[in-house]
Amino acid sequence: MSSKEKSWKEASPAGVCWKASTTYLTGDWKTYAPLRDLEKCTKCLLCVLFCPDGAIHWKPEKNDIEFDSNFCKGCGICANECPSKAIVMKIE
Amino acid sequence: MKSEVKQEVLGLNGDEAVAYAAKQSDIDVVAAYPITPQTIIVEKFSEYAANGEVNTEFVCTESEHSAMAACLSASATGARTFTASASAGLALMHEMLFVTSGCRAPVVMAVANRALSAPLNIHGDHSDTMAERDSGWIQIYAENAQEVYDSIFQAFRIGEHLDVQLPVIVGLDGFTLSHTLENVQVLPDDVAKKFVGIRQLPTVLTHEGKNVPYKLDPSNPMTMGPVAMPNYYFEFKRQQEEAMRNALKVIQQVHEEYAQLSGRRYGDGLLEQYRLEDAEIAVVCLGSTGGTVKTVIEELRAEGVKAGLLRIRAFRPFPVEGIVKALRKAKAVAVMDRSMSFGGNGGALYQEVRHALYDARAHPHVTNYIYGLGGRDTSPSQIRKIYEDLRKIVQTKHVDAPIKYVGLRE
Amino acid sequence: MAISEGKFTIKDIAGKPDLFLSGHRACAGCASATVLRLIMKATRGPTIVTNATGCMEVASTIYPYTSWAVPWLHTAFETAGANASGIETALKILRKKGRIKDEQVDVIAFAGDGGTFDIGIQALSGAVERGHDFLYVLYDNEAYMNTGIQRSGGTPLGAFTTTSQAGSAVPGKLENKKPIADIMVAHDMPYVATAAPYYWKDLIVKARKGIEVDGPAFLHVFAPCPRGWRSDPAKSIELSRLAVETCIFPLWEAVNCEYQLSAPSKVIALAPQKKKPVKEYLQAQGRFRHLFTPKYEKIIDDIQRFTDERWNRLLKKCGLTQPGKTA
Repeated sequence: MSSKEKSWKEASPAGVCWKASTTYLTGDWKTYAPLRDLEKCTKCLLCVLFCPDGAIHWKPEKNDIEFDSNFCKGCGICANECPSKAIVMKIE
Repeated sequence: MKSEVKQEVLGLNGDEAVAYAAKQSDIDVVAAYPITPQTIIVEKFSEYAANGEVNTEFVCTESEHSAMAACLSASATGARTFTASASAGLALMHEMLFVTSGCRAPVVMAVANRALSAPLNIHGDHSDTMAERDSGWIQIYAENAQEVYDSIFQAFRIGEHLDVQLPVIVGLDGFTLSHTLENVQVLPDDVAKKFVGIRQLPTVLTHEGKNVPYKLDPSNPMTMGPVAMPNYYFEFKRQQEEAMRNALKVIQQVHEEYAQLSGRRYGDGLLEQYRLEDAEIAVVCLGSTGGTVKTVIEELRAEGVKAGLLRIRAFRPFPVEGIVKALRKAKAVAVMDRSMSFGGNGGALYQEVRHALYDARAHPHVTNYIYGLGGRDTSPSQIRKIYEDLRKIVQTKHVDAPIKYVGLRE
Repeated sequence: MAISEGKFTIKDIAGKPDLFLSGHRACAGCASATVLRLIMKATRGPTIVTNATGCMEVASTIYPYTSWAVPWLHTAFETAGANASGIETALKILRKKGRIKDEQVDVIAFAGDGGTFDIGIQALSGAVERGHDFLYVLYDNEAYMNTGIQRSGGTPLGAFTTTSQAGSAVPGKLENKKPIADIMVAHDMPYVATAAPYYWKDLIVKARKGIEVDGPAFLHVFAPCPRGWRSDPAKSIELSRLAVETCIFPLWEAVNCEYQLSAPSKVIALAPQKKKPVKEYLQAQGRFRHLFTPKYEKIIDDIQRFTDERWNRLLKKCGLTQPGKTA
């Protein structure tokens, strides 16, 4: 997950960095993964907002949401907050 | 050496000289907090700001710690920043000094050297800056108000140099220099401005291979001051050390350029050697005491004594090579420390000078004189006594006490 | 989108690209991470962010990774206010001197309760007194979480923390939570508000208002911490709702020091029967577990009384009175 570590001559000064953390996948932290019942989901998008990890994306072109397993840590907030109880957390 | 530039002579004390030079340096942000004996610097600068004489934002922060944080942050945003402090204020900034040098922000700070509490003492000694010698800041000590004035401009050029990118302290002795009126030759505004120039930012290579200016800029977002785990931290510290090593050369270069411009030089910028070429006995010191020592040397020389002075101007980076070379003829050296390193083997300067000479071919006796703590005045006769001690050492080849205290009631 | 007037839909916000990116190392169920994501949705243009040392700083910037798609600076623990001062001042003068583009760049400072209530209060107070134009966001998880859940000035009465432990002799923290938002109102500053992530729209509107206001703005956001509070990670957002419904963390704004209740709390002021007992909130958290024993259950009454007192004081400030008995 990390690039080859540079010598002091090559490293950027003072630790300044740019590498987006979207290259650091935290999805393997989870024990439980969210499972959505498409019938119940009203696409209210609350889960998209509440997810601490931004692991649920709103895809307007598909008019649907997408769960990103690469970053989902399995906290269950989405399941807990879903007004239609459309999400359950299942062991991965 | 004569300067081509017409320079006005003003009556300024050390603090005023700092403020005047700061006024001429096209500073963007000053964030400062007052403390004796630096107060005149911030007051004078505030006066300039109130009269529209400076195009600078002057922020009166609520403490020195915040002053340094604000200076660092402003510097990280691309501004040229300046501040001043002393004693407890500098000590309060301690944490932030390391952060500033770690972030490679070329902040310039004038320190009106003053004793640290307790007990409270507002007078001059070097305990404040000595306590920060590991902080990664360049340290330059001035002998008189003229040198203070000259050093401020040089500090900006040294710190902002692309091979350096480190913060710089210019030290002036509390009250002795800060509050004493001297004749100071000042550069015309346009000449000074041209010398310091506009702050040039270094560029950094992003991980995508782009070269962008090193600053907080929405068009090139970057993260400054991240967490560096054990597998990364060390390399950043080594980079700072390399910058310090580069500073040895840069200090000399900038000093030389300024000397050509102003007609004034202080040795080679790192060290000032006064009658050292054939000196058998030498004193090493920092700051205004150098002036007193020079007076005593003139007296002794008239009596046929081969006395000399090595005034160290740049204490950080420590000019090892220069010191070894300068002291190669001396048989006995007295290092004067205006601060104490409690429990250490003598004062900080003594330790560093002695260490520098350890591997040198010439091996003079090196002794330590702790003096002037809490602003205690050191007279020419006391300095004479030091040279007498050195003569005795040369004669007897014996050191009775490696560490002595000048003017202490024992 | 007139965000500060609430004229936006959830789709507008959900569709806005995140500036606080995925891949940060915050705990599963960390409400502070949600708070930061939502606040960054409220930005209006070029923004520079500075963080005090703390959970969000450490979790988002482990070299060489960063979760910030904006320029970002961290210096030390107590310096969020001072950093913001320095950045804002530099932008001002560099714009004036024509060294940078003449455009509005917003400055946001994030700090936890450690960096705000306690070690950072001086720098915050100074920055506000000097009137710098920035938004200060306090993400309050009610303890020094990053260093291992030690008590802070923001830790509530009766809570277990590692430095205010609940044992056979002492029932957790003996002191009340410092009223930091009221302290900031007392600074005579243009905008102070409290927010909770469950009420996402209210939070975003307030964040945008804080950004837009000319001068300093302070936003106190409640951020439950499953790790430190020993609560279910799935319930972090729900707990922020309960905190509002029990009036433990009422939602209000002070625009030029004029207090006004925000809708979620106003509902309760107008219909006091909707006010939930604090017990409901406390029993969901392991850090209050010891209060549900015979020895310490009296403290729940203390917490209820204290909550009611502060709530009534707030109602008075908002020009409302609590009719009849409290819950």
